[in-house]
Amino acid sequence: MVAARPNLRLILQATMLAVIFPAVGCADEMGTPARQGGLVAKLEYCKTCHGLSGQGYLGYFPMPRLAGQQPEYIEAQLRAFIERRRTNPIMFNVAHVLSPSMLTALATHFRGLNPKPFGGAPRGSIATGKKIYEEGLPEANVPACSACHGMEGKGHHEIPRLAGQLYAYTISQLTGWKKERGQGSAVDTSAIMAPTAHNLTRSQVEAVAAYVSQLQ
Amino acid sequence: MHKARKLEVMKRIGLKIAIMAIVASAAPVWAGDDENPGVRNCTWCHGTSAQGYMVAPRLAGQRAQYIESQLRSFHEHTRDNPFSKQYMWGAVAALGPREARDLAIYFASLVPKAANDGDRDLAARGRTIYLDGIPEANIVSCYACHGPNAEGVRDIPRLGGLAYFYLKGRLEQWGQGYHSGVESPMPLVARHLGPDEIEALASYLSFVK
Repeated sequence: MVAARPNLRLILQATMLAVIFPAVGCADEMGTPARQGGLVAKLEYCKTCHGLSGQGYLGYFPMPRLAGQQPEYIEAQLRAFIERRRTNPIMFNVAHVLSPSMLTALATHFRGLNPKPFGGAPRGSIATGKKIYEEGLPEANVPACSACHGMEGKGHHEIPRLAGQLYAYTISQLTGWKKERGQGSAVDTSAIMAPTAHNLTRSQVEAVAAYVSQLQ
Repeated sequence: MHKARKLEVMKRIGLKIAIMAIVASAAPVWAGDDENPGVRNCTWCHGTSAQGYMVAPRLAGQRAQYIESQLRSFHEHTRDNPFSKQYMWGAVAALGPREARDLAIYFASLVPKAANDGDRDLAARGRTIYLDGIPEANIVSCYACHGPNAEGVRDIPRLGGLAYFYLKGRLEQWGQGYHSGVESPMPLVARHLGPDEIEALASYLSFVK
């Protein structure tokens, strides 16, 4: 008789849990999609920072152009943010709530956009940038950018489009490659860029960034 | 509580307009003053050291390019919320671009003081929203544009230390469809913010130094 009391308590607890848990599950299932608002709302969210037509935006940090970007590249980068192979606190927060199917849908959407380049780069070094982009700097072990990114800078699969990319963004990536993007060298293609980024001087980086920023 | 506060503010503004009307008629008197009359016209509402007063935001330490762009948008009637319409459209009507730039540079050079008038209990939540946004609710991080310490950059305004009332009002106005002068993502940002999130953000920012 004495032993019956804890048993009763156990049954009561189990019953309460059974009642509570489905309720929680229910609220989550109903609440999350409503707050996410689906693909349209998520796209609007992306474009708040990356420009209303995906052309990029200059905030406190440069927000890269996503318009016309290779979907495989966008997906690979979002996964890199989630797995912290690419270090960026803002994009980690953004990316880690995205479902795999949302990730694919977003990447596919941006490929279809084609706004004019954001602009704003200095024009003086464009010719130098074009030469480096198309011919590389053999004496400094810098291959031609066009060899992988294409003559028009449109990219290919996991290799990103550079055409129309924000001047400040390209500079920030090429000058900070090791810090931001060198975390996943064993598992992704970002390692390819490490020696190239290292071998370019600041003014060469600026020239290449200016050149690609105005490619349509 | 909020309604009462708003009413009190409106009363005080009413009084101020009456005073302004009297002062404006005697405007030439100021011209002989040591202080630049253009600056004096601003500080009359924005506070003697431009630290803001009631609905008039602090100008001290604000980004010069932002002040300039806002003066232009008042002039072009593109910044169109009720207070802007009521006060600033008239105030800048005779202001040329060169004078606007001089004023902007002058006020940007003044040292700002934090208003510290938000709700301290909401500040921690506001800070989280400021830095991380709420990705699940499509609320973006403010930090990406306004900077780690809400200091702003170029024509993106400094928000740190502005008054709670002003910050709250502006965030509400964006959501209500009022415009600003420049092409801004803020209407999109504010559309996703609920009243609790706005109060938390405005509270946090009011304490940022």
